[in-house]
Amino acid sequence: MIALLIRDLRLAIRTGGGFGLGLAFFLIIAVLVPFGVGPDSAVLGRIAPGILWVGALLSCLLSLDRIFALDFEDGSLDLLATAPIPLEGLVGVKAFSHWLTTGLPLTLAAPVLGLLLSLPEPAYLWLILSLLIGTPALSFIGAFGASLTVGLKRGGLLLSLLVLPLYVPTLIFGAETIRRGAEGLGTATPLTMLGAITLGTLAVLPFASAAAIRINLR
Amino acid sequence: MELQVVDLGVARGGLPILQGVSFTLEAGQVLVLRGPNGIGKTTLLRAIAGLQPALSGHVSLDPEAVAYAAHADGLKSTLSVLENLTFWAQVYGTTDVAPALQAFALQNLADRPAQNLSAGQKRRLGLARLLVTGRPLWVLDEPTVSLDASAVTLFADAVRAHCARGGAALIATHIDLGLQSDLLDLTPFKATAMAQGDFDEAFL
Amino acid sequence: MSFWEYANPKRFMALSSAALPWFTALTALVLSVGLIWGFFFTPDDFRQGSTVKIIYIHVPSAFIAINAWLMMLVTSLVWLVRRHHVSALAARAAAPIGLAMTCIGLITGAVWGQPMWGTWWEWDPRLTSFLILGLFYLGYIALWEAIDDADTAADLTSVLCIVGSVFAVLSRYAILFWNQGLHQGASLSLDKEENVHDVFAYPLWTCIIGFVLLFITLVLLRTRTEIRARRVKALIARERMA
Repeated sequence: MIALLIRDLRLAIRTGGGFGLGLAFFLIIAVLVPFGVGPDSAVLGRIAPGILWVGALLSCLLSLDRIFALDFEDGSLDLLATAPIPLEGLVGVKAFSHWLTTGLPLTLAAPVLGLLLSLPEPAYLWLILSLLIGTPALSFIGAFGASLTVGLKRGGLLLSLLVLPLYVPTLIFGAETIRRGAEGLGTATPLTMLGAITLGTLAVLPFASAAAIRINLR
Repeated sequence: MELQVVDLGVARGGLPILQGVSFTLEAGQVLVLRGPNGIGKTTLLRAIAGLQPALSGHVSLDPEAVAYAAHADGLKSTLSVLENLTFWAQVYGTTDVAPALQAFALQNLADRPAQNLSAGQKRRLGLARLLVTGRPLWVLDEPTVSLDASAVTLFADAVRAHCARGGAALIATHIDLGLQSDLLDLTPFKATAMAQGDFDEAFL
Repeated sequence: MSFWEYANPKRFMALSSAALPWFTALTALVLSVGLIWGFFFTPDDFRQGSTVKIIYIHVPSAFIAINAWLMMLVTSLVWLVRRHHVSALAARAAAPIGLAMTCIGLITGAVWGQPMWGTWWEWDPRLTSFLILGLFYLGYIALWEAIDDADTAADLTSVLCIVGSVFAVLSRYAILFWNQGLHQGASLSLDKEENVHDVFAYPLWTCIIGFVLLFITLVLLRTRTEIRARRVKALIARERMA
């Protein structure tokens, strides 16, 4: 399984388009929003938590269809399914490597973009913390969506339609954490809920995804 | 190691295509599957490899014994030959890739990215993967596609050596490999419309 | 004879063709009684005036919108566990009806909300939850449409339905946390002191029963269509084999 993780990371780096593209997209969103809503830093500061979370979510979405589709096309998925790795483990590793190449860089880049959007000072800690806790859920939910659409020719759009509603709870608790942090309110509740969702998706969704892949391969 | 297929029926795209296929394959044996295009060789091999459920009958073998090779080689174009092979070796828990490289004459290409290989070289790399799996039963779907005559000889040698070590191979192919092998023609097992079991029949 | 015998498509077709006229007639009867009663023979509300009467469509459609998903969840589980084709097709048949009911609930809500709250749309928990429910329906239907092989589609949509249900409940509570709204509480509940007045409640219950009957009729009808479509496919396949 570690071999698989290393292979996936190596592929993501060599092929390009992996985390570079997602990060660039995140940056562009953060740059475009002020053009849309005006340069007033009070307004920007208030909407920054939401923008950053929505941006992170969309950048995550961008690379989801690559999780399984590439392996499906070149036949690796068939071979991996007959290899001595449980399919559930395969899904877990692939989702984790997706997080390492998108979620983690997004989390690290977010404070800089928060600066651009004049995010209030007390919010930075919560920005990083909520993204760090919340983005794994995005990858695992996304891997589930990707496993449903893996056999389809043009699954990209359908994938977004399936995955975005599933992102709602994560988005709400994530953005809420930052907003409360910015206003100096207690953040324990949303942060705990965010963590609970992430742990829940980590525990359950690999099984659902593996079932979906088995169905798609037969 | 023994593969036993009893009264196996398989379906493709919701349609039964083969029924009543039975054979056994013992250690040291090679069984070649023949039959016209579309008869269901690929589907049968996928069912034996455990990738799709059988419609009827059963396959008895240890799932940990199978190494499956499909039409597609499952190579990553940006990884080198050595990296591709090492990855599969690690997945299967083996370490030594040198014999596999040697058996398919890939030593000189070891550091070349897979995207710069010719079709035949890619195929050789795909077949070399079988050697690093360390598994006794090879289930091969058209292994010789795009191989030249000398590469086919390399492949036949590899199969022969594999059988000598107590392995076995189930091969769907159209060409004569020059191997000591049994032959199974799938044409008589083509499914007839009547014997479909409970399938979409329920809707008729 | 067990209940599951009806899961055989042939038996289901026979039974449903006998039952369908009765359900149609009953639906028409109950629905027209309920709606006419509600629209013409109940007093106007002292604060809301006649606008209150939209409740006779709004509440039943919302009720169906939620319970249609519940029914899809049950039939999906039945398909995954027992592999009865009719079950999967019933789930497929119910989805567009659920989506339509969600839309009706949202639109009547907007029409009602405009004079009452002075706005067509408010990011209120109930409204927002319904919007999300609509998105779930859309995704589910889109997945059915995208996959060619019928059994694969049934399997994958069932998995989606189960996972979606969990996330739908999760979203509901997340949204409640996100914004406490201005939507009134439940109009009808069995264990509450303060419900809507009986004058309104009786026709409302009649309408809800009418909508349930309507839902059953439509699902039966659509499931029959789906079964026929599968039969056509099976026949074509047999032709090709012969």
